[in-house]
Amino acid sequence: MHKKLEARNVNVFYDQTHVIKDVNLAVEQHSVTAFIGPSGCGKSTFLRLYNRMNDLIEGFRKEGEILIDGRDIYQRDLRVEDLRKKVGMVFQKPNPFPKSIYENVIYGLKIRGVNNKNLLDETVERCLRQAALWDEVKDNLRKSALALSGGQQQRLCIARAIATEPSVLLMDEPASALDPISTSKVEELIYELKSQFTIIIVTHNMQQAGRVSDKTAFFYLGELVECDSTKKIFTNPTDSRTQDYITGRFG
Amino acid sequence: MTHLEAEIKNLKTELLDMFHLVRTQLEKSRESLVRLDKDLAREVMVNEKRVNAFELKVDRDCENTIALFNPVAIDLRFVLACLKINSNLERIGDIADGICQFVLNIKMEPEKDLLEATRMMEMFDTSIEILEEVRLAFENEDTRLARSVFKKDELLDEINMNANQAVAEFIKNHPDRINQSLYLLSSIRKLERVGDQCKNISEEIIFYIEAKVLKHKSREQKQA
Ligand SMILES: Nc1ncnc2c1ncn2[C@@H]1O[C@H](COP(=O)(O)OP(=O)(O)O)[C@@H](O)[C@H]1O
Ligand SMILES: [Mg+2]
Repeated sequence: MHKKLEARNVNVFYDQTHVIKDVNLAVEQHSVTAFIGPSGCGKSTFLRLYNRMNDLIEGFRKEGEILIDGRDIYQRDLRVEDLRKKVGMVFQKPNPFPKSIYENVIYGLKIRGVNNKNLLDETVERCLRQAALWDEVKDNLRKSALALSGGQQQRLCIARAIATEPSVLLMDEPASALDPISTSKVEELIYELKSQFTIIIVTHNMQQAGRVSDKTAFFYLGELVECDSTKKIFTNPTDSRTQDYITGRFG
Repeated sequence: MTHLEAEIKNLKTELLDMFHLVRTQLEKSRESLVRLDKDLAREVMVNEKRVNAFELKVDRDCENTIALFNPVAIDLRFVLACLKINSNLERIGDIADGICQFVLNIKMEPEKDLLEATRMMEMFDTSIEILEEVRLAFENEDTRLARSVFKKDELLDEINMNANQAVAEFIKNHPDRINQSLYLLSSIRKLERVGDQCKNISEEIIFYIEAKVLKHKSREQKQA
């Protein structure tokens, strides 16, 4: 079992507000981990630690270590661009660029100077297939991404995120703006993708955590209350706060 | 295949394994009785623990499937049916185990005449056959085959009813064989329960495929 991600004694502050409290968490390679918990408990903040997306937020301060493949990603000599290549991210609202489907997928490669047409074509097909979107768009690759439905746009964003061949995929409520059919497509996709990626998904939809994840981490008021196999969390959680949350008794 | 479909397929495979396990137990208990093979009887009793452990595993997997995937409609009925079929099968396992306990207690090989008069072997063979039919009905989602079990079960009831008389006669002529006769009679009673468990399993199969509840209905209503 390879420990892909590791958080050691992590604390986060926004100015004086203590929003992540002494969290330790290890994530295995090729697994899906769901972050659940009430709004404002720190799920997104914690997720963004893995690709240093919090760095630009005013007043942000972190203590402790975040390791990817055993290496501290907050070390001075590490380049954030290199990190972001390894760690892809998909957001709540599908955010394709106002460009063609094709251009969207290869965006990350283009800005890294890849120009080989064959390679780009191949990447587009591979990623769109992996994102379960190829059959729907293969005849319209030059069409604007904005003409796609919400669910298709989100799968396009997933294709874009995996085009640079990251090993970690972060997803912040990736299906919360989608209809049920698109949601289940995205969920099936996550299940498929875990053979190649280490995936963390923030979700406020408990059933979704149950369906897609191997491990579930329950956050409450900035604390990691419990992280265990999703089966355990959903049938017999250890902490009574976890039970109260997943049974809808508070939150 | 969706993730839930994969889980459901897995549950089905597990339950088919459970069917197989229990059928083997019943067959071995039959052998151990005819040949008064006490080693075989002990083997069945040891394997009974495996049947129990397997029952717990299937239960746990059903619980996980409900907790993680919130199945609805036919998927939900399938998982609920699995839970009940699982417990019916475990009881059939208990029956095989119970018969083997008798085998350990009997001193002499059962009398041929008595076996014939009570139709013991016919009882055994019919129960195993019925169990195999519900297994096939479950495997192939065949509600017609499931319904045919209600009819077949009548044969078990008939043998069971007739066994009292046969045993009474036998005891009259062989007062020294009372013990053995009573063990056989109890075994027949137990096998009659196998038929009941199989009928319950059939009801569950029909419930999950057709969403029809047949429990507590008359035989005619069930076969309709
Ligand atoms: N950019 C920010 N500046 C200041 N405080 C923030 C910022 N983003 C989030 N917070 C605060 O940090 C806490 C955790 O927020 P967040 O990580 O978004 O939680 P979640 O994703 O679980 O809803 C909340 O109290 C929120 O108000
Ligand atoms: Mg959030």
